[in-house]
Amino acid sequence: MTGRELRNITLSAIVLALAALLPFLGNGYVLSIGITIAMFTVLATSWALFSGPTHYISLATAAFYGLGTYVVAAGIDHLPYWLLLILALVAGAVAAALIGLATLRLSGVYFVIFTLGLAEMIRQIVSWAQNNWGGHRGLYVLTDITEEILYWELLAAATAVYLLGWWIGRSRLGFALRIIGNDEVVAAHSGIDTARAKVMLFIVPGMVASLVGALLAPRWTYIEPAIAFSAMLSFQVVIMALLGGASRLWGPLLGVIPFTLLWEAISIYFPNQTMLLLGIVFLLIVFAIPRGIAGRAEDLLRAVRPRGN
Amino acid sequence: MAKANTVLSVRGVSRRFGGLVAVDRMDFDVDEHQVMGLIGPNGSGKTTMMNLISGALPLTDGSIDLRGSKISGLSAQAINRRGVARTFQLVRLLPGLSVIENVMAGAVFGHRRRWGRAAEDYARQMLDRVGLDDAANEPIASLTYIDQKRLELARVLAGEPEILLLDEWLAGLNLTELETGIQLIKDLRAEGRTVILVEHVMDAIRSLCDVCIVMNSGKKIAEGTPAEVLADDEVIRAYLGDDDA
Repeated sequence: MTGRELRNITLSAIVLALAALLPFLGNGYVLSIGITIAMFTVLATSWALFSGPTHYISLATAAFYGLGTYVVAAGIDHLPYWLLLILALVAGAVAAALIGLATLRLSGVYFVIFTLGLAEMIRQIVSWAQNNWGGHRGLYVLTDITEEILYWELLAAATAVYLLGWWIGRSRLGFALRIIGNDEVVAAHSGIDTARAKVMLFIVPGMVASLVGALLAPRWTYIEPAIAFSAMLSFQVVIMALLGGASRLWGPLLGVIPFTLLWEAISIYFPNQTMLLLGIVFLLIVFAIPRGIAGRAEDLLRAVRPRGN
Repeated sequence: MAKANTVLSVRGVSRRFGGLVAVDRMDFDVDEHQVMGLIGPNGSGKTTMMNLISGALPLTDGSIDLRGSKISGLSAQAINRRGVARTFQLVRLLPGLSVIENVMAGAVFGHRRRWGRAAEDYARQMLDRVGLDDAANEPIASLTYIDQKRLELARVLAGEPEILLLDEWLAGLNLTELETGIQLIKDLRAEGRTVILVEHVMDAIRSLCDVCIVMNSGKKIAEGTPAEVLADDEVIRAYLGDDDA
């Protein structure tokens, strides 16, 4: 391990330890924002692990998130919670593998549209199944999980995602994905099994989003399809990851924090114009900082430092 | 029957695009350490033939064997892993990666796979091999055209392929670059590599190729040493038209 890696790990551990102290402030409002930030950090970082190198924009986050939520909602009366979390991970991985196999041959805009439609389709199927067999529209998830515990759970998930991303970045799979993102034809003619590499990495955001859905299910208490499969969630994750910068592991975090705070402000001061303002923010990001805050920061650093350093 | 030292054998290979027969029942063998030139007028099916060998396109008919085992019908990545590596007519690099990473792409995933330090060391050797050793840390955008071609060649060599397909590797070079380029392929030939090259530069064909296959309208019309095929009446007709023959 190089000195630089050691430094990065030490720094990350300190930041994590500080973040873990947040609940001890005893401020419920701050903690709820902390939960939102932790949740989107997990979602956006795992999203960027796949979409950053491949440039495939996935709007399927809500589909996996809702799947995880429903695993918990359907099983909470029958199985222990920790087992449901594992089931949510497995369900997310299996669903992502199947969807990946079916869709990753699609290029560009077709992939985007498909993933967007997917969440809606799963939502409709779940609604239909509940109406016909469930007897009622919603499900209750009643647990004794407090906001503090939820926050720490999400922090642990974020740590796992960062470690996984760090490992993938050093692995052959990560290198293969970067080559695929640059030129898929060259990748195939260099001996890379492009379909397998893409599906393997598409599984990561799928299972992570499903886990996050499962972790957050107790917070909602009452679960119905419109909440669990909200398309808004998919868009928020994409915007945050792009705002921060999807080409670096720590990039999405730089988007999650300002965006969550901005969103909070918009919701308080302009509760009726949230979608409009979200759209404007999205346009500004695409025009002004296409490579995200992380990309901007690197450009600035490069401009300040002498060349060849 | 193919000879014992045959690396690649092409049998009855055809490729149709709708009604157009781009490659029509081609047969040929490439022997070990041989440099074969695939020549012919524009539109005669040379690049399609290369695409069929490398797996970029599926065959309509026929079969292609690499050292006795069938590779036709496999995907491009499987064919590359078995030892057939190619460059592209319009040079294709990985612009988001550094020069050394471009070469490592071949070393990490090619015919002979390496990883970590071993892959990087081998990639550096290949950069050295094509004369790009001092550009390892340059951005891709700053490379000249010949250097881009060299880089692509280094990537392809880094997988240690059994056979190398060079699709108009010399095209678009100016006169001094052309000399460098021809010398580079001569060196590869001296190393005993097996190469198929599609080329229009006649000087290069004469000085580089052991044998030539001439294609016209998808068919093989001549086969032999460069001197033989370039003197062939049908070849002259194919290139220049009936009046000059």
